[in-house]
Amino acid sequence: MKNCLAMLLLLSFSGPIWAQNKATSVNFETQTITIALTQEPPQLNGMKATDQVSILILSHVMEGLTRYDRRGNIVPGVAERWEINDKDATFWLREDALWSDGEPVTAHDFVFAWRNALKPETASEYAFILYPLLNGEAINKGEMDAARLGVEAIDDRTLHIRFERPTGYFDKLTAFVTYFPARQNFFESRDQRFGADATDLLYNGPFQISQWVHSASLRMTKNPYYWDRSNITLNAINADYITADTRSRLNLFIDGKIVSTELDGETYKDALTQRFRIRRFTTGTVFFLEYNHRDNRITRNLNLRRAIQHVFDPDEMVNKVLATPGNLPGKSLFPVWLKGKHDKFRQEYRAPEAPLDLNQARQYLAQAKAELGLATLPPLVLLVGDSPTAAKQAEYLQGKLKATLGLDIKIDIQTFKQRLAKMTAGEFDIVAAGWGPDFDDVMTFGDLLTSWNLNNRGRYNNPAYDEQVRIAMNSANPAVRMDAMGKVQQIVFDDAVILPQYEQGVIYLLHPALRGVVRRVVGADPDYTYAQVIELDQKD
Amino acid sequence: MLAYTLKRLLAGIITVWFIATATFMAMHMVPGDPLMNDKAVTAEIRKNLEIKYGLDKPVTEQYFIFMGNMLRGDFGISFTQQNRRVNDIIRDHFPVSATLGLLAIFFAATGGIIWGALTALYRNRLPDIIIMFLVILGISVPSFVFAALGQLLLVNINGLLGFSLIPVAGWGTFSHMLMPSLVLGLGTMALLTRLMRSSMLEVVNEDYIKTAKAKGLSPLRIFFKHQLRNAILPVITILGPSIAAITTGGFVVELVFAIPGLGRYFVQAVQQLDYTVIMGTTVFFGAFLVLMVILVDIIYGFVDPRVRLQ
Repeated sequence: MKNCLAMLLLLSFSGPIWAQNKATSVNFETQTITIALTQEPPQLNGMKATDQVSILILSHVMEGLTRYDRRGNIVPGVAERWEINDKDATFWLREDALWSDGEPVTAHDFVFAWRNALKPETASEYAFILYPLLNGEAINKGEMDAARLGVEAIDDRTLHIRFERPTGYFDKLTAFVTYFPARQNFFESRDQRFGADATDLLYNGPFQISQWVHSASLRMTKNPYYWDRSNITLNAINADYITADTRSRLNLFIDGKIVSTELDGETYKDALTQRFRIRRFTTGTVFFLEYNHRDNRITRNLNLRRAIQHVFDPDEMVNKVLATPGNLPGKSLFPVWLKGKHDKFRQEYRAPEAPLDLNQARQYLAQAKAELGLATLPPLVLLVGDSPTAAKQAEYLQGKLKATLGLDIKIDIQTFKQRLAKMTAGEFDIVAAGWGPDFDDVMTFGDLLTSWNLNNRGRYNNPAYDEQVRIAMNSANPAVRMDAMGKVQQIVFDDAVILPQYEQGVIYLLHPALRGVVRRVVGADPDYTYAQVIELDQKD
Repeated sequence: MLAYTLKRLLAGIITVWFIATATFMAMHMVPGDPLMNDKAVTAEIRKNLEIKYGLDKPVTEQYFIFMGNMLRGDFGISFTQQNRRVNDIIRDHFPVSATLGLLAIFFAATGGIIWGALTALYRNRLPDIIIMFLVILGISVPSFVFAALGQLLLVNINGLLGFSLIPVAGWGTFSHMLMPSLVLGLGTMALLTRLMRSSMLEVVNEDYIKTAKAKGLSPLRIFFKHQLRNAILPVITILGPSIAAITTGGFVVELVFAIPGLGRYFVQAVQQLDYTVIMGTTVFFGAFLVLMVILVDIIYGFVDPRVRLQ
């Protein structure tokens, strides 16, 4: 024990050495990589999966009608070609798309999976993503039989779809896990255990799960039946470590055991001293403060919200409070990466910005007080999660609003489930919230604050907002849709519905011998499908 | 003996029932909603989830249904892993925690007994002072600090050697278990060292030791046959609860070393309000603890014939 401690102290100061050549996380000869997962994938039934890790695994071992390529463009998956019209769409399936038992993937497998995902008994949290299908919403609400869903297998290789409303971006939806196929006879043979173990799933993607020891390891090997197998270089992706501890994962990376790991504020400093190349990536998620617009709340007052809008500085939030590279200052509900008509949406429709103006802010505040009939405002309840970052951000806001406007903020820190319960019940004035994209279209953000959206926890209700969203929803014309969304962006600003804080970025490490790893805002992230191990120069 | 064992078992069953009831009540009193997630769901979907998990019924009815199922040994389906039964989770992950825990206990017990005996032999001399200093350190430093330091140590050793001597994290081979079990056992080792020291010092002054010395027995024989055997009793008493605590309390160590043990499920279930997993793991761990205490009491009778079990 004594020796151990002395040695420990000695080694802690000696400075770690990383021998890249000894790394076992990549193997050039066998084209094998080892990764770590942050948690055990809780749900590998594609109809029900909602979390990042499950989606990551599923996107490697399954495939929908379409898929994303290396550059994030939609390319053929199980379908070799398709046609999307205002009212309907047709997908022609390729002949060589096979399940991992050698049987062909048919149009019936899609019909079965989509009907199942929408059935109320399935209780899928992502069912809403199938609502563009005719009668989808009605079936999900239990008002209609699943057989009346607007999808039909004309024959084994032709899938015909009828829409509830024009959905020009439908080929992006079909790349998402909820749209993945499932074969009826296999699904029924597994009963409640579908997706519970490696043998309780059929695979039709580039890889298949060959071994899964719960909470310990999950190994994926190249699927010999995959139609595009000649373009897949990796033979195996071994997730041999499952831990949420970022420091532990950094240690595994230093020891050459895993190819990649994400860093947080603390491990970032360590990675810097190790002189690793630090990469950055924007996750696509927008974080914002959501005001409570319910009648009994003072945050319902527009001038109060405008006052806060004129003192909040997203640049300061990103550079001084978050203080890790990769985050972008929040300027809009719509993140910078969304596509518009031809270019990026945010380039075509500039996000309006409120100048930092204390005098103006104070005027708004005075107006708010007059309208509310209050000489001093009661403390505002700021509801946040229980992570250290959330607390730091909340304290920053508390200090900022006190110093500039003299507003008192009461910080209410809650655990995940309790925060959700309070958000839903409306027990807050301001809540720190975030929204990540479900699919690659402006609508994934645009309809968030509509009166009918259940995720609109502040209960913002504005017919003008709803109308623009309806216009965009009922058109397949990009110009009409984007113009409507441009107006939505303006309304969100004018009404100060939310206060955008930042677009989330992550920083991560990646083994230099691994090329072709794709980071994505929607779907599998990171995507190792087209990755390959290259031979590193020994001097490297 | 048999009557005593039966009596203890009956008391144990009542204890477990009490644990289950208290946990059930506390769990339902915690604010928050187990069925709520990031994405809001429609009222219909919610209703279906409530039916699936029986949350649509009054709490008292839920309690009796739960107790009935528990008697049949069925803890239901996990809320977070909706296709996995809690029984499967316990069956898959408890052996991992148990293996790790037993090795930790082995380290703790051998270490504790050896260090404790040494400190007593070298009472108030340098070895005693150094070991007792480390003991205080071991008792006061929480296991997550040791876990992080232990892992860092391995990273640096492997870095210096240029190859992986001992794996930094993961599970599968014996070498994977070494560092985590050592870290896990450190606290208990320190506790046992202190206990062993005081009981050794007590024994040293007993008349039978003087008699043995007077008879001219060799010091080694006195040490092993008379001192150690008598001093070890209190250590055994504390070993029972320690086994349970170590086997169940490895959450942080499991997280840092990426070990698929039950401790992770135990803690995460509470954060996720996963009702069935909370109940399953708590009742299971509770029953395990009770069983260990009973076992130790029975073993005690064998080790010390003076103890009469009534």
